[in-house]
Amino acid sequence: MTQIKPKRVLPGFRLTLGFALTYLTVMILIPLLGLFAKTFTMGWHAFYLTATSARVLASLRLSFGTAVIAAAVNAAFGVLIAWVLVRYKFPGKRIIDALVDIPFALPTAVAGIALTQMYAPHGWIGKWLAPLGIKVAFTPLGIIIALVFTGLPFVVRTVQPVLASVDPELEEAAATLGSNRWRTFWRILVPEILPALLTGFALAFARGAGEYGSVVFISGNLPFRTEIAPLLIITKLDQYDYTGATALAVIMLAISFSILLFINFYQHGRAAAFRHAGS
Amino acid sequence: MLTVIPIHLGNIHKKFGTFVASENVSLDIRAGELLALLGPSGSGKTTLLRVIAGLETQDSGSVFFGEEDMTNIGPKNRQVGFVFQHYALFKHMNVLQNVAFGLQVRKKKLGLSNTQIRERVLELLDLVQLGGLEKRLPSQLSGGQRQRVALARALAVEPKVLLLDEPFGALDAKVRRELRRWLRLFHQQMAITTVFVTHDQDEAMEIADRIVIMNHGRIEQIGTPEEIYKHPASDFVAEFIGNGGPVPGPAPVYLDAIPKIKEYEVEA
Amino acid sequence: MSQVLFAETPTKLLTQEFGRVVHRDPLWARILLIGTASLFVVLLVLVPVAFVFVEALSKGFSVFWQAINHPDAVAAFKLTALTSTIAVALNLLFGLAAAWAITKFSFRGKSFLVTLIDLPFSVSPVISGLVFVLLFGAQGWFGVWLQQHDIKIIFAWPSILLATIFVTFPFIARELMPVMEALGHEEEEAAVTLGASGWQIFWRVTLPNIRWALFYAVILCSARAIGEFGAVSVVSGHIRGETNTAPLHVELLYNEYATAAAFSIAAILALFALASLVLKAMAERWITTDLYSDFIFRSKT
Repeated sequence: MTQIKPKRVLPGFRLTLGFALTYLTVMILIPLLGLFAKTFTMGWHAFYLTATSARVLASLRLSFGTAVIAAAVNAAFGVLIAWVLVRYKFPGKRIIDALVDIPFALPTAVAGIALTQMYAPHGWIGKWLAPLGIKVAFTPLGIIIALVFTGLPFVVRTVQPVLASVDPELEEAAATLGSNRWRTFWRILVPEILPALLTGFALAFARGAGEYGSVVFISGNLPFRTEIAPLLIITKLDQYDYTGATALAVIMLAISFSILLFINFYQHGRAAAFRHAGS
Repeated sequence: MLTVIPIHLGNIHKKFGTFVASENVSLDIRAGELLALLGPSGSGKTTLLRVIAGLETQDSGSVFFGEEDMTNIGPKNRQVGFVFQHYALFKHMNVLQNVAFGLQVRKKKLGLSNTQIRERVLELLDLVQLGGLEKRLPSQLSGGQRQRVALARALAVEPKVLLLDEPFGALDAKVRRELRRWLRLFHQQMAITTVFVTHDQDEAMEIADRIVIMNHGRIEQIGTPEEIYKHPASDFVAEFIGNGGPVPGPAPVYLDAIPKIKEYEVEA
Repeated sequence: MSQVLFAETPTKLLTQEFGRVVHRDPLWARILLIGTASLFVVLLVLVPVAFVFVEALSKGFSVFWQAINHPDAVAAFKLTALTSTIAVALNLLFGLAAAWAITKFSFRGKSFLVTLIDLPFSVSPVISGLVFVLLFGAQGWFGVWLQQHDIKIIFAWPSILLATIFVTFPFIARELMPVMEALGHEEEEAAVTLGASGWQIFWRVTLPNIRWALFYAVILCSARAIGEFGAVSVVSGHIRGETNTAPLHVELLYNEYATAAAFSIAAILALFALASLVLKAMAERWITTDLYSDFIFRSKT
């Protein structure tokens, strides 16, 4: 019995995979490798010094801290917005739906300067908040608001399709069994959308931590107070402190990669149930 | 025009992971016959069909079209006409473009002009009784019509072998009965080695020259419908064919004309 | 993110479009929820966008017009257009190749490859720029070699292109993969049995089936490429009139307190963003129609 080599039925495997892998390696992997290589050349001591410097730690705390809060706000309101868009009809619904996508399409610099001007003490919204003693521009609060803006679509768009595809029969069954709406929501719907919600939260968080353009204007960039990590990287680069910039970058990447891995494992496990095998 | 060739399968073995789809299956298909691969789901009949087409590569074993060894010839060059279970019509092309596809992609090699291709396609469409529908899109056709487009498309390139994967599976009962009788008559006119896969024993018994009954990747019995009905080789065959089924053999046939197919418009 | 829209099978997509409203929740609840959600979205999103246009015209139309026609502005627009177009084109080629390889074949390491493709999403834009400085900057790996050959990458448009490619890398592949997965490959198999070559199959069979998804992906990718700021900020050198893309030019003007001018440029960018959303919505409708008819197609008797 001679074994026959399996042949692929559809053509183009080697060409497409080869091109894709080459492009991926050249454009993404090699640059990233360069980053990690630089880390090795600097030695553990230099890395440790940078990583534990007060200014770096402050920037990391700020970036990731504000990102968490903003992602949480987006999680709460995101579910609300997704619910309203999926379940109800109302005038202007199409507009609201379209608005949700804007933060994703709008250049971050545009959002950045707009938000700064608006929340500045004499701005459209700022002037209402000033007498209340609420300062937004040049404070962490401003950063959070900017991150809520950029992260809005993440939760909404992740939760929307899941919410829409929840089997109506689940809710009908619950109703016939005497469950009130609130209980139905918590015990039946929330578990259904929880994975998507977590994914959306994680995406918004990852995006927010690394966000630059929408945040750098409103934050004011005071070291130790409102200096976000990405800006600190740029500052270090301007001072030719390549080592410091690289170290900080690697730390940020390590945190973001872990989040990405988490998301992918999670989605993979769920999607595997729906996916068919390739040829 | 169409050459009639026999097919030889020698010890075809195919596994998907741990699932054995074909277990050392050997089969000789006579030139020009209408052969049914009959069996329950998972019996390996579709796998065998796809191996003949080259859409699956067997782990070991040989496929011969006549004297030609097909081992190193891929599906593109085997010159098989394959009709898929769900027709696989090209959604964004109309009927004419669908049927012409095989000719269009080999236009230069075959030395055909667009006009010639168009003529041939229209002839074929008349043959399968879809004349006048060439501008329609697949989404505008009924199931039975789509099936015949798929058939015309497969035949347009004058294949050596015609393979049909559960061709009537997606149609409702009435249309199925009409079309399978029509296929038998069509086959008699066309004289091309044809293999079709089905799980419907009535279908196989009614139109096939010979039936190959498969189960768990193995051949249980090969024979004419009468042989199988009268002398089932095993309990499985006897149960599968069932008693009280229709008397085997083709329905009465008028050889000079292919009867018109009544259109049963089945809308989703 | 709309790309997650297609993470589910066609069935789920359909239910989303054609799903029914189950319960009539009490009116007061509905008003409260709709009101809160709408207020939130309007305040958060609509107001800032409106603000951009108001500020742009705050000193009168002629100031606006002058600002966007200023040579530096025009140069910035041109640079943005150039780098975005090339970046999207290259990522398009990649996206098509990767989507084909991944959805039509099975091979070891496929899901690892998909994860790799997603990498740029988890990299902060500033870091995306940093990596190229480390490669091509004066102190970078190739820094000396580039200087010797008088090739400028950092602080010149090639690095802007590279950074933009990096940041928008996954977009097209990620959009195409679920759609191509959902469409299956039976039509392609049929084309093979009919004697078509690889290119013929791709051009005549696959491409027409994915054209709207492709359109959608290109729009998404372009919008992101045009708006890219962080990565480009690191590599460009901010040389006015030369290595400033439109977003960078906005920053430059804003930092010089030429607020109306800054917002004028910003308004043009915002217009593009809004236009891309309109196109995106159109494409979405057509994709749903395509997938829907494909679904019905296969189950219709």
